[in-house]
Amino acid sequence: MDLEIAQRAVTTITKGVTVTLTLVGISVAIGFCLGLCLAMMRVSSSRLLQKIAEYYSAIFRGTPLLVQLFLFYYGLGQFEFVRNNPVLWWVIGGGLNCAILALSLNTAAYTSEILRGGLMSVPVGLIEAAKAAGMSRALRFRRIEFPLAIRQALPAYSNELILVVKGTSLASTITVMEITGHAKRLMSQTYAIFEIFAIAGLFYLVINTLLVLVVRRIETRLTRYQTASR
Amino acid sequence: MTITIAGMRKRFGQTEVLRGIDLSIEKGELVALLGPSGSGKTTLLKIIAGLEWPDSGALNVDGQNWLNLAAQDRRIGFVFQHYALFPHMTVRDNIAFGLSVRPRAERPGKAIIAAKVSELLEFLQIAHLGDRYPTQLSGGQRQRVALGRALAIEPTVLLLDEPFGALDAAIRRDLRNWLRSVHDATGSTSIFVTHDQEEAFELADRVVVMGEGQIEQIGNADQIHDHPASPFVARFMGATVELPVHLRAGRAEAPGLDASRLERRALADGPARLFLRPEDITPIVDAEGAWLVASTTSTGATLRAQLRGRDGVLIETALPRRAPEARALQPGVSVHLRPEAGAIFPGSRDPEALAQSSIPATRLLKESNR
Repeated sequence: MDLEIAQRAVTTITKGVTVTLTLVGISVAIGFCLGLCLAMMRVSSSRLLQKIAEYYSAIFRGTPLLVQLFLFYYGLGQFEFVRNNPVLWWVIGGGLNCAILALSLNTAAYTSEILRGGLMSVPVGLIEAAKAAGMSRALRFRRIEFPLAIRQALPAYSNELILVVKGTSLASTITVMEITGHAKRLMSQTYAIFEIFAIAGLFYLVINTLLVLVVRRIETRLTRYQTASR
Repeated sequence: MTITIAGMRKRFGQTEVLRGIDLSIEKGELVALLGPSGSGKTTLLKIIAGLEWPDSGALNVDGQNWLNLAAQDRRIGFVFQHYALFPHMTVRDNIAFGLSVRPRAERPGKAIIAAKVSELLEFLQIAHLGDRYPTQLSGGQRQRVALGRALAIEPTVLLLDEPFGALDAAIRRDLRNWLRSVHDATGSTSIFVTHDQEEAFELADRVVVMGEGQIEQIGNADQIHDHPASPFVARFMGATVELPVHLRAGRAEAPGLDASRLERRALADGPARLFLRPEDITPIVDAEGAWLVASTTSTGATLRAQLRGRDGVLIETALPRRAPEARALQPGVSVHLRPEAGAIFPGSRDPEALAQSSIPATRLLKESNR
């Protein structure tokens, strides 16, 4: 292994960490909010809302993220009304914004399924108890259903976060200079494939390890009531 | 709080779970809804709570139509069968819950809520458990927390769904007495659901016996035990032996039956059904008797005897093992029946009841092989 190239790779790839974390942070935030809305639609009593959420989930989970990125970045630009609309063009015109959009919509589909499972696992008895205690529907959701659902969903959701981090590497295909983008550029200059991508992989591993540790800490805090012994 | 229920009906799909319920409950009363599974008692309780809605009927509390009120506006305390404590909240937070979620205008201050919770923890004898989570509590402790949560809001009506169903016998007995004292101390109007007769009769001021979506009888322990209002109540109260008899001058007559100890009934002459509890039947050895001892089984204190009638029907009797009559009972001996108590209903026997009251042949086979 060429240490000089390795050193250069670390320096270069570090520049992409901020972009990767930005992609992850914004995509997860948007994806979670949208996923929660979709999950609520899935468990609502309206057949129409259920179906909309179901089809959304099926489309985004059933097609590859790379295809979605290409459709947004290259595909939507073909339509004149998109090019003529400043807001839409701002969203899909730049690689970073487009990557955030695709990642957000993709993770929202998976998140909705995870949260739906969590919401459905809340015992009916607890919802009835909250009703009987005098809670409005919104308050019931905020104080009982959501807190219990998120505790149930957290282990599966930590998996989804890892997939989002790994998914950001595809953003390099639409000109976003994140970890993989910088690694690819350096590789085209030096052809030191192994060193560069081993280090890039190590960066992802560190980010994911830290992420898992953070989620685990949150999980431990939130599920104290389960681990407490008599 | 006087609760009046009139003409209440409720259907789930094709099944009618409530069939025109009429019931009035006085302020401060402790009423038990007693009945087997599927009799509609929990559904009725949930309708009072606002967790279910009837298809028709009226529910008035102190003259106010509660069917126009959402659950959160009724101020009811509900204790669920499996407690339904919020697992992510401590005992203290669970009890404070009903107060802390009130609209801002009605919500007491934090200090007042804390004081109220501490007072309830003392009253419920669980002051030392305030900072624990439900998973760290025993069944009896959880039950107290559930009751505390229900009482915290000073409910107009306290509803309890099988409150002791998930507890073992010893704890049930202790908590029963304790619940009665809590009821007396708070003076609330309380309704509880149970399928345990002993529990209902020991705790309640009045017992409402429900069967297949309707009220079969309302009364106290002695009334329901001694004077069941219908064959359903008789069977539910343990009168598993059903005999076809003929009524003459208010007295039941049948081959091999000595009904001299049964009180006369003001019923028209004709066919009738006599419902008896196994422990209320004394078999008397009689060479001319119409019943034959098929088998006997001892359970220590009690001797159970299976008797076969001339028509092949099997019935079971239970008498103290040391009773003089018990010593003479041997398989093959002829006896006649002397019931000490029973319920008579006019009309001929229905085949469904016959199937219920007779003992399966497989069981008889096992008994006779002992």
